[in-house]
Amino acid sequence: MSRLRPLGLGRAAAVFGAAIAFPFLVTPDWLVNIGVFTLMYAGLATAWNLFSGFTGYISLGQAAFFGIGAYALAITFEHVSIGGGYRPFYSLPLIGLAVALASLPVAWVALRTRAMTFAIVTLMFLFIVQQLAFNLRSVTHGSQGVAVPQPSFTSNFDRPYYFAMLGLLALGLLATWYVRGSKLGLELLALREDEEKARGLGIRVTRAKLIAWGLSVGLTAMIGAVWGYYLFFIYPESAVDPLLMIGAVLMAFLGGKGTLWGPMIGALVLVPAQQWALTDFGATRLYLIAYSLVFVVVLLLLPQGIVPSLRRS
Amino acid sequence: MHIVVQACILGVLTGGVYALMASGLTLVFGVMHVINVAQGALVILSAYLSYVLFKDLHVDPFLSVLIVAPFMFALGTTVQLVFIRSLRGESAEELSLLITWALALGIEGILGAIFQTTYRATNPGYANSSWTVFGYQISVVRVYAFALSVAILVLLYLLLAKTRFGRSVRATVQNPSSARLLGVDADRVRTVAFGVGVATASAGGAVYGVLYPFNPGSHYDLISRLLSIVVLGGLGSVGGAVVAALLLGVVEAVVAVEISPVWSSFSYFVLLIAILLVRPQGLFGIRERTL
Repeated sequence: MSRLRPLGLGRAAAVFGAAIAFPFLVTPDWLVNIGVFTLMYAGLATAWNLFSGFTGYISLGQAAFFGIGAYALAITFEHVSIGGGYRPFYSLPLIGLAVALASLPVAWVALRTRAMTFAIVTLMFLFIVQQLAFNLRSVTHGSQGVAVPQPSFTSNFDRPYYFAMLGLLALGLLATWYVRGSKLGLELLALREDEEKARGLGIRVTRAKLIAWGLSVGLTAMIGAVWGYYLFFIYPESAVDPLLMIGAVLMAFLGGKGTLWGPMIGALVLVPAQQWALTDFGATRLYLIAYSLVFVVVLLLLPQGIVPSLRRS
Repeated sequence: MHIVVQACILGVLTGGVYALMASGLTLVFGVMHVINVAQGALVILSAYLSYVLFKDLHVDPFLSVLIVAPFMFALGTTVQLVFIRSLRGESAEELSLLITWALALGIEGILGAIFQTTYRATNPGYANSSWTVFGYQISVVRVYAFALSVAILVLLYLLLAKTRFGRSVRATVQNPSSARLLGVDADRVRTVAFGVGVATASAGGAVYGVLYPFNPGSHYDLISRLLSIVVLGGLGSVGGAVVAALLLGVVEAVVAVEISPVWSSFSYFVLLIAILLVRPQGLFGIRERTL
């Protein structure tokens, strides 16, 4: 069991206090909008870290579950009334749980492979899901996309989404903090360092990997669902987006994978820059060039990430 | 039956082209444990280069390989020297995966800024002609493409099997530290091998541009196929990649005529998963132990 230390508790209180105050202090909608995306990526990077950071298995397929979560919410509320507009938020735990359980067979197949092959197999899973989103027209409407009903709240429109994303990020950080100090965390650490030896010592490695995977996927799916509700309209290419995946991975690497706060810090640094590049250069696709340059610089100069580099100095 | 045989012919011809593109990818993995996710983007870049050469200078796309290949070789060695060689430490392999992904995005961005997202195609005069053999339609371009791929694969094989450079490559694959003890300059071998791997993209790109319309975003589709081919064949095995590419080409073509073209690219993912269930290391791969 992790210990609550006053310093850690104070840090969490300061971060979340500032995050809660943000939409009340900063009113322009476009800034709150950037806030929503920042929290979304922070949550995604934290969720990715929960599996890949702890196990050392680099998954490049988590964005598939983001898309599945978004589609799950959109398709459900095509048939069900959204009530006052908050009902989709209450459905999140159910979506997270369902997607996590459904993903376990995928993980079981993918985890038969190791290292690079695992990364490639999960990346291909991403492409499979995108293909399915295009092809299963009776469910997803293919490339036409799915419309999500719009909620009735109009003033301070972004706020509910902001707090939903903040809540999911908090959940992700809490899960990371808990796992890190638990027996499961020690098992994951052991298998990351040497899986054969860990297995030899009697650790049920597959069980440990699957639990971490399930937590990561459930969280990712819930974030995807909020994102789908926020945008009202989802398409296969935007819901299951390799760019989203690489963004989250980059943020985790920048902040420091395997650490508690690292992925969130990576998102705080990169997302505002990314959103700015997207609005300024989006049409010319120059943002892709800017994005890849940032990526290369981060990987070459800070391969350890911000948090571990700070800790060492 | 006629239509299935026709599909198989098409599949083998297409598979040959994929075999060429995937062989560069798997060669690079074998030598330096780097998965070059940018291989798809490099193929598309080559496709644009031979498209421009054809449109502005009227160079035949198949001949343009002679111009594009040295350029791609130079680009490949530069990428290896600047980005990949400097990666050190325990997670160097994963970092190389991400850095080549970033490279793919950069290429996509540059191509998008120059050519926009309009689909292009290289259209030489013979693009739509075909031969009829025993009642089967065989597209001339696809036969040329297949012949070019086979020729380059044979060259690649001779390079690996018969030359001094090939011996040092194989030595580096089998045991890098012993190779270094025997006087093989492993760093140089890696750089040149990466350049050769990227250079195979030039032929792949020229052919791709003739066979399919492409835009800067086409590399996602391409790399997903290439990755599934190298994983299916077994990472690092060039022969495995050739077998896997032919297998996938045929499966895809047969599914396209028997079920629906919409599901054809999906079918090889299913095949891949089925095979990974039985053989996680791929058809000809060596079982990976821990990192």
